[in-house]
Amino acid sequence: MEWLWEGIAVHELGITQSVVDAVLDAVTEPRVTRLELEIGKLSGVVPDSVRFCFDLVVTGTALEGARLDIVTPTGSGRCRDCDQRLVLEDQLAVCDCGSPDVEVLSGRELRIRAVDVESGTVTS
Amino acid sequence: MCATCGCGDERGVRVETRDAADTREESESGSPDHLHGEYSHSHDHPHDHDHPHDHGHSHEDGVHAPGDSEAEVPEQDGATRRIELEREVLAKNDTVAERNRQWLTERGVLALNLMSSPGAGKTTLLERTLAESASSVPLAVIEGDQETLRDSERLRRAGADVVQINTGAGCHLDAEMVWGALRSLRPAPGSVVLVENVGNLVCPALFDLGEYAKVVIAAVTEGEDKPLKYPNMFAHTDLVLLNKTDLLPHLSFEVDRFAEYARRINPGVEILPVSATTDEGLPAWYDWLAGHVSSPLHQGV
Ligand SMILES: [Zn+2]
Repeated sequence: MEWLWEGIAVHELGITQSVVDAVLDAVTEPRVTRLELEIGKLSGVVPDSVRFCFDLVVTGTALEGARLDIVTPTGSGRCRDCDQRLVLEDQLAVCDCGSPDVEVLSGRELRIRAVDVESGTVTS
Repeated sequence: MCATCGCGDERGVRVETRDAADTREESESGSPDHLHGEYSHSHDHPHDHDHPHDHGHSHEDGVHAPGDSEAEVPEQDGATRRIELEREVLAKNDTVAERNRQWLTERGVLALNLMSSPGAGKTTLLERTLAESASSVPLAVIEGDQETLRDSERLRRAGADVVQINTGAGCHLDAEMVWGALRSLRPAPGSVVLVENVGNLVCPALFDLGEYAKVVIAAVTEGEDKPLKYPNMFAHTDLVLLNKTDLLPHLSFEVDRFAEYARRINPGVEILPVSATTDEGLPAWYDWLAGHVSSPLHQGV
């Protein structure tokens, strides 16, 4: 897979592999039809690259052919100087008061939310 | 291939053990279900689903940010059902990292996660640090590299205990790899383990290794805007070593501007300008090392 060495795809490959492995750990059903991921805008992970890697990583697993839905929450933060709440599009936010000292409260999520599975028998 | 680390054969991760004989002693009791290197993997995860499988599809309000492809939810037609997982992607890594941290703390060993782009002069800086600081602070190195042994050979010549991790296609170290390397290295109590991460500033930022502190090595040749280009890396680092300051007379690089950018992302970050070739600023770095290794319980930076 040398061609994956180029650029950022390598990064997301590892992340995508982690996602798929965690799902396979948690789910015994033979077929997963849909996977819902949450990738925060400030997480440093690029959703399109995860999509790109996903099809490679799921080949031959219960997730093969699964639909990948990614939600991308924007970040939120709090100014440490004036205590104002801010919406963060990236990590470089500066508060209206001029302070760059902004605590990131959310937006770094990397979560597996849910899967849809197909199965004939209902367990548990 | 196992979670997070992608350590399966096809990715070619291997820990080159310093002493392959006896890293086995702690592999039972509470340890993870596999070690790297000469050990085989056992991925026998219990699948105890104790959650009910009849969740509705009501999403919490406000969670679905606008932006990407939010989906219509498939109908519960009897053949498909939804399982809420709600788990962190990096949970497994973070669990191992926490165990690494505990292991290190119990032994009074201070591990630093050194990260840089290729060419920032990290290995030269390490060589120099080993030669000049190892007498006052016991140092050992875990060297992460995609393929070669070259850097670890250089460092070994500088007198260090070195364990090499070759990550193969992996672009970062993870907690599991470091666990294997620590077991092989067996660092002395009260020592410092310098973990040289794979050279890039993107991926390593996401993976907690269980280190005491993160150190970014940047070079003045890389431009003042490095922190703005790699905000995730700079947001999480504790110390920046700004290397190659001997070249400043030949560049338009302004250290103050670099520091301003770095603090815009990480207001508390400490920045030490150094030159591994002229030794400018290196005593401050050695003092930083000595100061932190002697802090009794290595409380966070
Ligand atoms: Zn403010």
